[in-house]
Amino acid sequence: MELKQMNEENQVYFVDSDQLPPEVLARKHALESDPSVRSDHMKYLADMEIIDSDVKDRVLQAMDEFDYNSYTAADVERALSHETCSVEDFKALLSPAAAPYLEQMARRAEAETRRHFGNTVYLFTPLYIANYCQNYCVYCGFNCYNNINRKKLSMEEIEHEMQVIASTGMEEILILTGESRKYSDVTYIGEAVKIARKYFRNIGIEIYPVNTDEYAYLHECGVDYVTVFQETYNPTHYETLHLLGHKRVWPYRFDAQERALRAGMRGVAFSALLGLDDFRKDALATALHVYLLQRRYPHAEFSLSCPRLRPIVNNDKINPRDVGEKELCQVLCAYRIFLPYVGITVSSRESKEFRDGITKICATKVSAGVSTGIGDHEAKYTGKEDTDTGDEQFEIDDNRSFDRMYQDLEDGGLQPVLNDYIYV
Amino acid sequence: MSNKSDKLVLGGHEFNSRFILGSGKYNLNLIKAAVEQGGAEIITLALRRANTSPKENILDYIPKGVTLLPNTSGARNAKEAVRIARLSREMGCGDFVKVEIMHDSKYLLPDNYETVKCIEILAKEGFVVLPYMYPDLNAARDMQNAGAAAIMPLASPIGSNRGLATKDFIQILIDEIDLPIIVDAGIGKPSQACEAMEMGAAAIMANTAIATAGDVPAMAGAFRQAIEAGRTAYLTGMGRVLTRGGSASDPLTGFLR
Repeated sequence: MELKQMNEENQVYFVDSDQLPPEVLARKHALESDPSVRSDHMKYLADMEIIDSDVKDRVLQAMDEFDYNSYTAADVERALSHETCSVEDFKALLSPAAAPYLEQMARRAEAETRRHFGNTVYLFTPLYIANYCQNYCVYCGFNCYNNINRKKLSMEEIEHEMQVIASTGMEEILILTGESRKYSDVTYIGEAVKIARKYFRNIGIEIYPVNTDEYAYLHECGVDYVTVFQETYNPTHYETLHLLGHKRVWPYRFDAQERALRAGMRGVAFSALLGLDDFRKDALATALHVYLLQRRYPHAEFSLSCPRLRPIVNNDKINPRDVGEKELCQVLCAYRIFLPYVGITVSSRESKEFRDGITKICATKVSAGVSTGIGDHEAKYTGKEDTDTGDEQFEIDDNRSFDRMYQDLEDGGLQPVLNDYIYV
Repeated sequence: MSNKSDKLVLGGHEFNSRFILGSGKYNLNLIKAAVEQGGAEIITLALRRANTSPKENILDYIPKGVTLLPNTSGARNAKEAVRIARLSREMGCGDFVKVEIMHDSKYLLPDNYETVKCIEILAKEGFVVLPYMYPDLNAARDMQNAGAAAIMPLASPIGSNRGLATKDFIQILIDEIDLPIIVDAGIGKPSQACEAMEMGAAAIMANTAIATAGDVPAMAGAFRQAIEAGRTAYLTGMGRVLTRGGSASDPLTGFLR
């Protein structure tokens, strides 16, 4: 029980498997309970590129200075009446004082969304091609100590999965892997992207962060959009959640989007995993990360996601903590008012009711026909039995098919869009 | 909010006043009024019009403690503007230079493309470069990247006194550019100067509005008050605006659990 005392806050995440050899289990426990055995999370590893950028420091400073309890109802009212939402206004909108103004914030957010995006909502689907992972991130189903079915799709299997997905009519795909350079190296991902180019008109990736030259290679293969979630922008807390592996290096992850843009990517996507740390500070940091990069790379496209913690395989106790639907809606409306031009993606982690409601206010992109498992699209789409699949990263909530989602969007007065971009 | 700590910073130099006297119509009384009633700490000088003969040396009009801002008025391209800037430094006019390049003599609209080229050269030579420009976001970004110390968009054609004709585009520059935005040209009344300051402009440059007023010193004082009022309002955070009428539709947030 010594362990509990030392790291009580994270207890909910720790799950042991009886399949782990004793020495591995001992290592896992040491990482969980003894900070001194963990590596320096602010130090780049030898193969990690360091770029010259002050964005990190500016975001950290703003987070540090953000005292959200100092904002009042009057600050919120002023913020809502300003034509341009300043950083200060945005802070007021994220504060507890803005909670009673949620409906007004939604009205303003809706107006901004319609002004910038009309009534369009983009549809896409994620495709996980491997779930091997070399990191120990305590809240994630793919973490290297979690006893799950591991799988990496062969090129034939990838092509088959893509055919199944493309046959539904989907035109945009997001290719994901667990974060393992060893099992899913950059060339493997690049080859998967080349296959995707045959079936899809728009390809994004959500993989481990890589160096600029590797992003440039993936861009040549056909990737246009890079998604990297920072999980939490608080380095001190990040350190206690990402205990092992290259993902532990906070600053290298932070700079991933800037490296991707320098490599020629058209767009980049950002997120904190709400519920890991103080969600108001993480929301501020996420939006400022976008805001500051947009000023430096004004040609680029930007989008935000807003995942909340979900239960994982072998641990159903993980939950979004203090980020309820109202808090999530407040964050999303504040994002929209502060950054009217960014795409906002709401994932299938959320319920059908929430996704239907939030697309009317500010979300511009939703997934459909989702599986976070490996190689099980055919089974999920057609009911065909397939035992050779990899386990899921987390449980989804909204499991609507592509057709159903398309229809529901149309019925709600929105216009589903499958692709708005051509490769040139 | 203490206005004492609220300085205008240009190229590392600090100023208390946010009123800059332009160079369009120039005489001793105007300069005296701008400094004494208007509080100006920066006065623009069109170098090509500087008469250095003993009879009427304009430099003799510039009071001590006032920063001289020579401009490149008359330059038709980057090359000429660079030459004028270098000449002004040689003459002892300091490192400040306001780049004005016009190859349109009817409207006197600044040439953003040539201005960017000129900034690239002068910034490397250590000048504090303040470019007069047409409010275009892409050009402003290029000027920032080229090393400008501020951006000076026009409010309306120079000398026109027509006010903030380009208001929406100046607001975009204020929102997007990490440099002081100094509204230059076209400001005809104190109320317009105040409005620009409320929007977040860092300073106002004016000349004709004061030079052509019935009482030059009184108008210089009026500009000073208007600029200070607008700045204070901006720093304070503008108050809320209530919209009239209600909304009859169903609540957007009714679905939340």
